[in-house]
Amino acid sequence: MINYSYTILIPLIPLVIFVFTGLLGMKWKPLVSGIIGTVGVGISFFLSLFTAYEYFFATATGSAYHTIIPVNMLWLSFTHTLQIHMGVLLDPISVMMIVVVTTISFMAHLYSIGYMKGERGFQRYYSFLSLFTFSMLGVVLATNIFQIYIFWELVGASSFLLIGFYYDKPSAVAAAKKAFIVTRFADLGFLIGILILSYYTGTFDFSKLLQPGTHLFAGLAGVSFLGLSGITWAMALIFMGAAGKSAMFPLHIWLPDAMEGPTPVSALIHAATMVVAGVFLVARLFPIYHFQAPDVLIFIGYVGGFTSLIAAIIAMTQFDIKRVLAYSTLSQIGYMMVALGVSGYGGEAGLGYMASMFHLFTHAMFKALLFLGAGSIIHTIHSNFMKDMGGLRKYMPITHFTFLAACLAISGIPPFAGFFSKDEILAAAFESNKLLFYVEYITAGLTSFYIFRLYFNIFWGKDPEYKHKPHEAPLNMTIPLIFLGLGSTFGGFVPFHKLVTSDMKPFTTVTHWGIMLPSVGIGLLGLAVAWVLYKKENDLPDKISKKLGILYTSTYHKFYIDEIYLFVTKKIIFNYIARPIAWFDHNIVDGFMIGVGTVTVKISYKIKKFQSGELQQYAFVFVAGVIMLALFILYSLGYH
Amino acid sequence: MIQGISIYHFLIVSTLMFFIGIAGFIIRQNLITILLSVELILNSVVINFLVFNRYLYPDQLQGHFFALFIIGVAAAEASVAIALIINIYRRIHNIESDNVNEMKY
Amino acid sequence: MNVFMFYLLSFIILTFSVLTITSRKMLRATIYLLFVLVATSGLYFLLNYQFLAAVQLTLYAGGIVVLIIFSILLTSHISQRFKKPEPWKLWMGIIAFIVGSVLVSWTLLSHNFIKNPGMKSTPVDMHLIGNQLLGLGKNGYVLSFEVISILLLAAMITAIVIAKKEKNQKSDTL
Repeated sequence: MINYSYTILIPLIPLVIFVFTGLLGMKWKPLVSGIIGTVGVGISFFLSLFTAYEYFFATATGSAYHTIIPVNMLWLSFTHTLQIHMGVLLDPISVMMIVVVTTISFMAHLYSIGYMKGERGFQRYYSFLSLFTFSMLGVVLATNIFQIYIFWELVGASSFLLIGFYYDKPSAVAAAKKAFIVTRFADLGFLIGILILSYYTGTFDFSKLLQPGTHLFAGLAGVSFLGLSGITWAMALIFMGAAGKSAMFPLHIWLPDAMEGPTPVSALIHAATMVVAGVFLVARLFPIYHFQAPDVLIFIGYVGGFTSLIAAIIAMTQFDIKRVLAYSTLSQIGYMMVALGVSGYGGEAGLGYMASMFHLFTHAMFKALLFLGAGSIIHTIHSNFMKDMGGLRKYMPITHFTFLAACLAISGIPPFAGFFSKDEILAAAFESNKLLFYVEYITAGLTSFYIFRLYFNIFWGKDPEYKHKPHEAPLNMTIPLIFLGLGSTFGGFVPFHKLVTSDMKPFTTVTHWGIMLPSVGIGLLGLAVAWVLYKKENDLPDKISKKLGILYTSTYHKFYIDEIYLFVTKKIIFNYIARPIAWFDHNIVDGFMIGVGTVTVKISYKIKKFQSGELQQYAFVFVAGVIMLALFILYSLGYH
Repeated sequence: MIQGISIYHFLIVSTLMFFIGIAGFIIRQNLITILLSVELILNSVVINFLVFNRYLYPDQLQGHFFALFIIGVAAAEASVAIALIINIYRRIHNIESDNVNEMKY
Repeated sequence: MNVFMFYLLSFIILTFSVLTITSRKMLRATIYLLFVLVATSGLYFLLNYQFLAAVQLTLYAGGIVVLIIFSILLTSHISQRFKKPEPWKLWMGIIAFIVGSVLVSWTLLSHNFIKNPGMKSTPVDMHLIGNQLLGLGKNGYVLSFEVISILLLAAMITAIVIAKKEKNQKSDTL
């Protein structure tokens, strides 16, 4: 058993770098801050790998893993019972997550040195990246739910800063605001959920909350509100926070717009790490969901399924490659939520939990790869749109092959990483919820179709008129691509069922041939359809979209969800709620305050004259007062 | 204690003296005259202390000592007041109380 | 004899008090005050407080009045006459005088002062005064004595600070 207290360094190194780069960065050469940030995150990366090795392979031998809390210090002590700690908690999912976060972060740092070269605010960019890495690691390693909440908000803030990195671009500013407001609105639910939960259980601590069969929730049993029990409300509200961060329907509207940020940021934050924080949160609280609020868990499953289907459909019609990837992210996160929703606890029943974490892991690899690949394409083409691309396989071989690996991974073609995790999810869904299984099955086909539509449009087809010849990205951008390409190709062979399970005990999986073969089949079917439609330039896609008519246009406009939001907020909330309140505030509340001020000023001007400065007048008033006081005391109080 | 003279005689005299002092304080404009009025008021109070001591509690000297202290305070007060008056005179060449109203607001 | 002296002294006190505040020449007013103070010390003699009477004569008559005369000489012309008081001030003063003195006299006269019959009157000799002034026990006034001494010191310093000439102040009067 080794001492794990060095793990505190993993989040602290990015914090220190953030502070120094943020304060002093402007004095350095841009490249210096990039190298410092990359090296720092690199150290965190190797520490995480070392921790994972120690935790999974060196110490535990096939038996259950234990939760280890190497660092836990008192941070705020309000009262004897209300105390907030900060610390580091190591268990299978947090160890898995620090590896994912530091890996992708390291790749994004390295990649950004090339991608962001010559941008204004290079140092600012790196300090924000470090801030994000620090906060995300804080979420992952949190020992209590309050610590998660603090870092959760920090993650949201750094996401806001990075989406709005190009703050002189109005669309980026609007996207940053949108992301912040939507997630903040969701976090309101999260906070209320935390408050309900901790009020009745009297603790924030995961080590107490997560024990199966704990009696902490006895206090919540008798509480009910609107026909649902208190714990159901609490957990549903906490899921609201998770849904906001993970962009579940109907809070998903911010994520496609968040693609306004620099592409490595999209890869790091809006594909691989931050958006899966919601999945992580549900997984972290999984014992509570499973034992105390199973209804919420089912609800989570349906939300995830609906989101994955809708997002996959929308992704098929988009032309902006980053938006396709954004909707694809939504869809994949939906998969993870479905897996959690259908999961049981312990052993074979916990397959869904394991599959969700597995998919989180593989998805981080291949989605980060897709984004970084898209980034290097955008870097040379200077456009986000498919119509400006085509035939790029000749010019960018490394990008082409790594991108292809990621596409195969996300489509679930063996032996690429996504095949294994998606297969586990489908198996878990098949066993507990047939409806969700069919939804996810169809979505798998759609996924394969839209991703290969993207692939063929970019790398095949005929060349458009390039202004200058596209070229392969520089070495520091291709190294991350190659690394992640290897991860996407071979990541599926990590034996997750032995490492990350719901009850921390390893179990053995059986191969579900009955599910595996059809799922590969539908993946290949999607690929084939995309091949026919997009491999060679032809007019078939246009014909089909014309035939679908209204169905196509509404999908192209993302089912008008943004417009519905705008209608609800602008037309209804602003006009019928905000305006009357504003009127009340301006006229009644402010009016009262201004009135008080005005009256005071007027009165003081009037009574100013009493201060005449005449000594004798004062003396006379003084004497008169004394005489009156004497009279009062003598005759009215009866001393005489 | 004076045969034939009651405590009331003394008290009436000191009362009148006190209110003459107050009247002077109010009527006069010159700061030095105001100071004179204050001295009158203090003196009448001293008389009161002594009379109460002599007529009501002749076995002790409390009134006597208070009278002593009042004289001491009066001396202090007079010295500070005169210093102020001289300073004011230096600034405005005049010691009328009407003119000393710079700080009224 | 004592009765006569009392009435004589009272008459002097009241007359010169009134003259002090009514005189329109400042130096005269000060001299009238001097008469009042001397007559008051006569009252103290009548009450058998010889020490206090002496203090009154030296400190008030000899000290304060001389101080005031000096300040008058510094700040005014001897022959200067005050201007007449404004009528509203005059009436304010008269009203305060009448109302106040009537109220207080009437209250005094209607109150019955009771003397404790068993009390012996102590002779007031210097020895006793000195002992009590610096005494620590019952009838000791050392605390007040110290307070007064500090007050006097503070007053002295204040007077010096206030009255001293500022360095950059151009003075054409003193």
